[in-house]
Amino acid sequence: MHSQTSGWVYVTKIDEIPIAGARVVTGGKAGPIAIFRTADDSIFAVLDKCPHKGGPLSQGIVNGHAVTCPLHAWNINLSDGCAIAPDSGCARSYSIRCESGDVLLSVAELASD
Amino acid sequence: MKKMKLVLIGNGMAGIRTLEELLKIAPDLYEITVFGAEPHPNYNRILLSPVLAGEQNLEQIILNDMDWYAAHQIKLHLGKKVTKIDRKLREVHAEDGTVETYDRLLLATGSLPFILPIPGKDLTGVIAYRDIKDTNEMIAAAEQFQHAVVIGGGLLGLEAANGLRARGMDVTVVHIAEWLMERQLDQVAAQLLQTNLEARGISFKLKAQTDALLPNEDGTRVAKVRFKDGSEIRADLVVMAAGIRPNTELAESARIHCSRGIIVNDTMQTFDPLVYAVGECVNHRGSVYGLVAPLFEQAKVCANHLAEFGIARYLGSVTSTKLKVTGVDLFSAGNFMGGEGYEEITLADPASDVYKKLVIKDDKLVGACVYGDTADGTWYFKLLREEKNISSIRDSLIFGETNIGDVGHEGHNKAAAMADSDEVCGCNGVSKGKIVSAIKDQGLFTLDEVRKCTKASASCGSCTGLVEQILMNCLGTNYSETPAKKAMCGCTDSSHEDVRIAIRENKYLTQKEIRENLGWRTPTGCSSCRPALNYYLISTWPHEAVDDPQSRFINERAHANIQKDGTYSVVPRMWGGLTNASELRRIADVAEKYQVPTVKVTGGQRIDLLGIKKEDLPAVWKDLGMPSGHAYGKSIRTVKTCVGSEHCRFGTQLSMDMGVKLEHMLFGMYSPHKVKLAVSGCPRNCAEAGIKDVGVIGVDSGWEIYIAGNGGIKTEVAEFLCKVKSDEEVREYAGAFIQLYREEGWYLERTVHYVQRVGLDYVKDRILNDSQKRKDLFDRLLFALKDAPDPWKDFEQAGVDLRQFKPITVQTVS
Repeated sequence: MHSQTSGWVYVTKIDEIPIAGARVVTGGKAGPIAIFRTADDSIFAVLDKCPHKGGPLSQGIVNGHAVTCPLHAWNINLSDGCAIAPDSGCARSYSIRCESGDVLLSVAELASD
Repeated sequence: MKKMKLVLIGNGMAGIRTLEELLKIAPDLYEITVFGAEPHPNYNRILLSPVLAGEQNLEQIILNDMDWYAAHQIKLHLGKKVTKIDRKLREVHAEDGTVETYDRLLLATGSLPFILPIPGKDLTGVIAYRDIKDTNEMIAAAEQFQHAVVIGGGLLGLEAANGLRARGMDVTVVHIAEWLMERQLDQVAAQLLQTNLEARGISFKLKAQTDALLPNEDGTRVAKVRFKDGSEIRADLVVMAAGIRPNTELAESARIHCSRGIIVNDTMQTFDPLVYAVGECVNHRGSVYGLVAPLFEQAKVCANHLAEFGIARYLGSVTSTKLKVTGVDLFSAGNFMGGEGYEEITLADPASDVYKKLVIKDDKLVGACVYGDTADGTWYFKLLREEKNISSIRDSLIFGETNIGDVGHEGHNKAAAMADSDEVCGCNGVSKGKIVSAIKDQGLFTLDEVRKCTKASASCGSCTGLVEQILMNCLGTNYSETPAKKAMCGCTDSSHEDVRIAIRENKYLTQKEIRENLGWRTPTGCSSCRPALNYYLISTWPHEAVDDPQSRFINERAHANIQKDGTYSVVPRMWGGLTNASELRRIADVAEKYQVPTVKVTGGQRIDLLGIKKEDLPAVWKDLGMPSGHAYGKSIRTVKTCVGSEHCRFGTQLSMDMGVKLEHMLFGMYSPHKVKLAVSGCPRNCAEAGIKDVGVIGVDSGWEIYIAGNGGIKTEVAEFLCKVKSDEEVREYAGAFIQLYREEGWYLERTVHYVQRVGLDYVKDRILNDSQKRKDLFDRLLFALKDAPDPWKDFEQAGVDLRQFKPITVQTVS
């Protein structure tokens, strides 16, 4: 059983996220969250909703620390959820941690709308 | 590590552009110092003409304000002329005693106006036309004086004359040659231009040699111009616009090899390896460029080497000319004079002020000179640059792009005639006015920049020609997309062709190898190059290179079509458009069970189930029990058929049977772009084979094969390839063509564009003339498609990651 102490909740094993890919996490109050694993094994969490027209960012192509939205090819910076210039706008970003292969999200952030 | 020191001499467009390119790729490598002789930050020199004509003001043409220099920690010495370079001590000395040391030196000293060596050239009121100071002097003179003489009837001279006339002066243009702009125009076009300018009140004196400039009575200012034949005209202002020459004085004094410009190699390096040079001061392979597009190309290459990437090369540029005089439409490019060994096509309608001349050699457009109706200038320039074979459109070439059977909207609207509120880009809703103001306000020069800033032509690309026209109208001469060889994307300088060849010759099997060996600037590529590389690998080395689903667009990863609300559409395969009661029943059951909101019959004779949740996809596929229709891929889509001689009273061949055979043959085939086929059983052609990538039409004696048709953005009628007798031949010829396209097409290039690029003759040569080569192509296709998995069933073989269909649910304790 995975602990849920100190305000973090277990989501999945990091190996369950494809490299240069994403998974969708439901249960967040603001809507589905996209969790990304980049080629260099960094992880990020962003609301699964492009600031442009709400496209599912989890379905985009991940390059470096950015994702290209599948609907209209906006590039979103994964570290802050913000569109890369010349586009502008931000998707909400979430705190995410990885501890010995366990991917964790913040309980408080999941619960806020 | 201590930063290296880079000193730039010349605060103009070429030098600063090089810094911008450098900062993009290696922001922390150098401590940068810039010397500028003028007291202004970098401004857009090519917009001096609109400033002179009163159409823009000086603030509007600043490209990099002082904040830009500060933000990049660039030390800027304005108004300081560099007088000496000490290459031994690596020092640069300015007039006022400022000394800076360098590890790398960049020369961008530009050019100097050519001042005629005649008596009176130093009198007050005699100026060149080169910088803000000259422009201000001309504006001031126009307020005070009446008579202006411009020496030089070239591009710059005419723009100066037009500006001065617009400010109310009486202007005479003096020109030594027989006609105006003799280096850009032939005599007929030049005469039309002269008539137009005369109507605006500008006078001309051609074949005139200036002898001296004479002062007024008290000797304080120029008053007259005297010619060799003894005649004189009044002149309170004389503008010397008789050409420019590279400013190499400083380089020469430092004993850097110069000859009609600072000599550089393909990396923009001078004979001193620590010293680079870009811009108008440079002589590259014997050519000196005075237009902005080539200079920007040079800047990009130079920055690459300054950043120690060491991979880019500058190979020279093709340039075009357009006069920036409002109300005069004139365009020329390449060898517009023609001569022996060249063919010419001309169209002259003096009454409506239209003249066009096209120069052709070996079925390629090599030059164009157009006056009056220049809307097709960009199109001609594109044909010229890309060295397209024009034999098939030759008879209507002179009438322009809209006269070559184009029923789409590409180039249909003429940019110049459009109102600011007219929509240019239908995909992204961008008006002409928005593009024009972005070009002017943000100093955009290239199609890519306009795409980035406005999104115009960034989606389907069908308005690209129109956006190019707008760029050309705004920038005049200084717009030209230089390289015929275009980089794949911003990650690399390699073209699609380069990459395909490298993969084949070096047997690269992974994207990593390509990126490392071809100098990618990004470690993992971007969403535009990764799908291309992935396709090139698996199509060049089938069964060896491993497909990377993460480099595919979501549709090819989820094997369904994403819709605007994030749901998917599912199109099961119905071979040749045929189905049966059992399949239809299952489709109906799926539609009910998953509450599919929309069920639609497609243009390719399939049934589309729209609005399916991603989680449901695997279950839907299973319940359908039909193979994937690949309606989502850059792949074989459909083979559309008519009923044919099985039932039809007109049918001559078994078209349904042929369609089914072809569709089975091509199952699971990925390609540069989507591929659609059709088979009709008689020439009535109910399956619309004339607008398909491969169209097959049955006739009494066999089958006719057509290729490279397209019913999309721009309708293109397929070309006749050949006529064959047997079913097996249809498979072989059609298959060989498709394989040729798979091996040589660029990613996202439809068959029609591929065939236009390489020429129909080439394709015929490869398919028809050598039966062994055709068989080889066909065999390679069959080999590549051997055991092609069904991605809706054979998940593992097709590399489908099923985890994507299962969202992770977390429960938070509140």
